[in-house]
Amino acid sequence: MPDIVAYLIEKNLVTVGIFGVVLGVVALLTYGERKVAGWMQDRNGPNRAGPFGIFQVVADGVKFFAKEEFIPDRANKWLFVMAPTFTFIAAGTIMAVIPFGDRIVVGGREILLQIADVNIGVLYILAIGSLSVYGIIAGGWASNNKYSLMGGLRASSQMISYEIAMGLAIVALIMDHGSFSLRAIVLDQAGPIWNWSVFTHPIGFLIFYVAAFAEAGRIPFDLPEAENELVGGYHTEYSSMKFGLFMFGEYTHFTLASGIIATLYFGGWTIPWVMPPETPGILWGLLSFVVFWIKALFFVFVFMWVRWTLPRFRYDQLMGLGWKRMIPLGIFNIVLTGGLILAFEAWGIAEFTIGIFIAAIVLTGLLIVIFDALSPKETRATHVAGSEKV
Amino acid sequence: MTPQDFVPILITFLVVGGFAIISLIASHLLGPKRFSPVKQDTYECGVDYVGDSRKRFSVKFYLVAVLFLIFDLEVVFMYPWAVNFRELGLYGFWTMGVFLLILTIGLLYEWKKGALEWE
Repeated sequence: MPDIVAYLIEKNLVTVGIFGVVLGVVALLTYGERKVAGWMQDRNGPNRAGPFGIFQVVADGVKFFAKEEFIPDRANKWLFVMAPTFTFIAAGTIMAVIPFGDRIVVGGREILLQIADVNIGVLYILAIGSLSVYGIIAGGWASNNKYSLMGGLRASSQMISYEIAMGLAIVALIMDHGSFSLRAIVLDQAGPIWNWSVFTHPIGFLIFYVAAFAEAGRIPFDLPEAENELVGGYHTEYSSMKFGLFMFGEYTHFTLASGIIATLYFGGWTIPWVMPPETPGILWGLLSFVVFWIKALFFVFVFMWVRWTLPRFRYDQLMGLGWKRMIPLGIFNIVLTGGLILAFEAWGIAEFTIGIFIAAIVLTGLLIVIFDALSPKETRATHVAGSEKV
Repeated sequence: MTPQDFVPILITFLVVGGFAIISLIASHLLGPKRFSPVKQDTYECGVDYVGDSRKRFSVKFYLVAVLFLIFDLEVVFMYPWAVNFRELGLYGFWTMGVFLLILTIGLLYEWKKGALEWE
């Protein structure tokens, strides 16, 4: 019995610790996002509360709790309260299977820097990740507000459309690594830098990354919250911590999505050319943890960078990209990956990853050219006065 | 894998859910309560609301949901195959190739039928 008690205590501590780190990073990102925005637009960003405005995080937190929370009279009360909770739980529990670091051996006891190394990790991410749709559509519907309803509908259609593309991208990845366990996928990428899946699955990475933007509802896919059309989208009627949970949910979602991208395509916590030691100490554990966050935060930065670079899509463009580009590309990627794996196995070249990379790029280029030739030309809004070259 | 390995996921649900519920209750207790009929009203840019929002919306959203169900099921069907891809070898590749061909024909059909157009 003491074994199970020790196991439970260890897992509880790891869970609370990782949740604390994720929540801390997410809280800092709400500040970081405004700082990055300020930097991109050549202004200061928040700079009043504390040194460099860092206490803005605390001020925001206090404000979330101290603001009046109310429920509109015509709203569906229970669903209205449940929706943000559901979104936050769905976004937050994704972290359970992400490998935040290697294992640590302390006093003969092995502690994983990962909450649960289950053999269906990737499926778990897809399943839980798509649950947040329910929170958003429920919030939009329960508000009994036309803006919210439209925001919720747009969000759900967009998220389910890009989920297929994301699923197809992952199929190709799984074919290569042969496991659903995220830890196994990470260990498979250890060694030289060209072991990273991004070099063997460039198309899959492209699809997954675009789909991650759409799933998180970030610019250029933020139509559910298009301010100029829908006020605030599905959270128009929300205030106080109920809005806070929606916002934290969104930030958690894209932070963890960045972590998943780092894990699946960029080697997770592994360092290029460094093989994980047999008996890892605390120092190695910390190092792997930091390496994971450096990779993840880079992709978080790209999320913010894109926000201030690209304009928002039109809704038909968004759905067109999802169904007419991403899904065919995903199916093509599966066939290409399968064919290349079998071909390289037949020729006995196991490590010829650069070849796969080049072949994939060339074939994708060809496919895009064929697609553009086949698809009807854009008819609307292409002739803006004074820009004839469009 | 034993059922015991999934216990940490349950713990995660409890920790994350507990945080969400406690923070909701805290904000409920800490925030001011100054209700007024105007504040409780549905927000429609400051003017009185027109009609109810429980009304019909574009059938396109249903269509996307139905198409999603079909395609997502087919993607899920591919996962067990993907894990065992190397063992299945060439035979597995061609079998799934046929399946993917049917899937692609279905996609092209709905594309030509105009199910993917948003106007």
